[in-house]
Amino acid sequence: MEKTKRAGSFSGFMNRDVVVGHIFAAPFIFGFICFSLIPICLSLYYSFTDYSLGSKIATFVGAKNFLALARDEVFLKSIRKTLQYVAISVPLKLSFALLVAFVLTRRSRMVTLYRSLYYVPSLVGGSVAVALVWKQLFARKGLFNTILTDMGFDRINWFGSEALAIYPLILMAVWQFGSSMIIFAAGLKEIPQTYYEAAQIDGASGPQRFFRITLPCLSPIILYNLVMQTISAFMTFTQAFVITGGGPNNATMLYALNVYNQAFKYNNMGYACAMSWVMLIVMSLITLVIFRTSRFWVFSEADG
Amino acid sequence: MKEKRLILKILYHTLVLALGFLMIYPVLWMISGSFKDNAEILRGTLSLIPAKAKLSNYATGWKGFGGTTFATFFKNSFFVTSVATFGTVLSSSLVAYSLSRFRFRGRNFWFMCMLATMMLPGQVIMIPQYLIYYRLGLVPGYTPLILPNFCGQAFFIYQMMQFMQGIPKELDEAAKIDGCSKYAIYWRIILPLLKPAIVTTVIIQFYWKWDDYMGPLLYLSRPKSYTASIAIKLFADSASVTDFGAMFAMSTFSLIPVFLIFLFFNKYLVEGIGTSGLKG
Repeated sequence: MEKTKRAGSFSGFMNRDVVVGHIFAAPFIFGFICFSLIPICLSLYYSFTDYSLGSKIATFVGAKNFLALARDEVFLKSIRKTLQYVAISVPLKLSFALLVAFVLTRRSRMVTLYRSLYYVPSLVGGSVAVALVWKQLFARKGLFNTILTDMGFDRINWFGSEALAIYPLILMAVWQFGSSMIIFAAGLKEIPQTYYEAAQIDGASGPQRFFRITLPCLSPIILYNLVMQTISAFMTFTQAFVITGGGPNNATMLYALNVYNQAFKYNNMGYACAMSWVMLIVMSLITLVIFRTSRFWVFSEADG
Repeated sequence: MKEKRLILKILYHTLVLALGFLMIYPVLWMISGSFKDNAEILRGTLSLIPAKAKLSNYATGWKGFGGTTFATFFKNSFFVTSVATFGTVLSSSLVAYSLSRFRFRGRNFWFMCMLATMMLPGQVIMIPQYLIYYRLGLVPGYTPLILPNFCGQAFFIYQMMQFMQGIPKELDEAAKIDGCSKYAIYWRIILPLLKPAIVTTVIIQFYWKWDDYMGPLLYLSRPKSYTASIAIKLFADSASVTDFGAMFAMSTFSLIPVFLIFLFFNKYLVEGIGTSGLKG
């Protein structure tokens, strides 16, 4: 390719694939080193130290932070609550997303409008504005309690109850199924119509077609959505911060909020770094488990 | 038979619409709340139509707090969001071009790094990042909110790479024969053809940045520099009795840009996110 140019000339050098490739990738390489790699290493280092903002040096304390975590009631509770939040919200969210995407595949001029309608919560759900609305909907005299009292039930003190406080947050996460739905919808469009026709000739019923054709064909996309939604559910911050602030009695202390509090409220940077490393390990393990088990339920075309 | 079909069709559309209405009800409730007075909101009425519609909430809300009006907050949000979105599009498309068009030593390594950052939870690196910026004297300030977006974002790089795979290589070859360098190919061939992917990126990144709360919460400390999302939360906290009408008014206002972008480009978004390449 470069034979028209003299080897060794400057423009020849600048046109070599390895040079062009690195030049174009430079923003990422710079960002990866500065904003991912170095912070991760620093975070690992700080997790073994006693460090706070303003202190000149980080005192090395060995595994003290990690040992303290094992005895930290709030930390243990935040892990339990976060797992509960993720384990309930993600499957529900994906089921809704898949169901609605499936229902909305019919050829209809209205489908785009409908999809947009269902997408609106995803569009605005991450904002503080909607979080504040949510807080108000579940307030003592809020909308949900009005519905309950109209139906003859008692008011529920949503954010006053340790057992219930997490559910408005879960509902809010499920409510935002739109973005997963759109990815599912795109995947559904790519399933060859001939599969369904063949199944129909063989006399397959509707549910059979769904479980035998739609689900297997969609399984790589289910995997993608599952991984991405699990990760983002683990990182939920704004909703917990704005709506409940972690209360009552830490019943909605989601992990990210807990890390934030330790770092920026109590200024225990070292301790917070240890927490974020535990989070990284837990999440990597969960992602790994998802990928490992995916072998048994994800079908790729290559496997035939 | 035909009648049965029609009834089923009507049933389908009614059901889908009803559920859709339920989905956007909280948003509608917020918008209608911005025209209600405080007492009416606190009563928790289901009605979307205010008993007595009034615009004064917008005037009250706009005044903001501590002498800073929402004009400042929205201006700040616009600044951060537009610069960061521009940076994301530029840098992500550069990186995507590199990773999808060139097979060079190190390419696979960087590609793996990119996939890894896509799955790396942001909170894990949040604290050390903060400490670095702090040491560099960039806290408080806008730099930490904007600079990382000029370094490519894995999610968008990946999307753009998927899209570039669909741009025929023959176009590159033809341009090369016509004397285009590999740099000119990016500018003259790839970038113009990348438009649909760019639009998707702009939409998604715009509302991610616009809604971003944690970033401004960490890196901004002077009220004059607050973005709208921080300001709304503080507005809710500032008075002992929250003026919900005014708060909803500003909340509604803050969602207008997001809705506008969505309305204009929603076709790209609803159809644009492809899944090609996710298979197998």
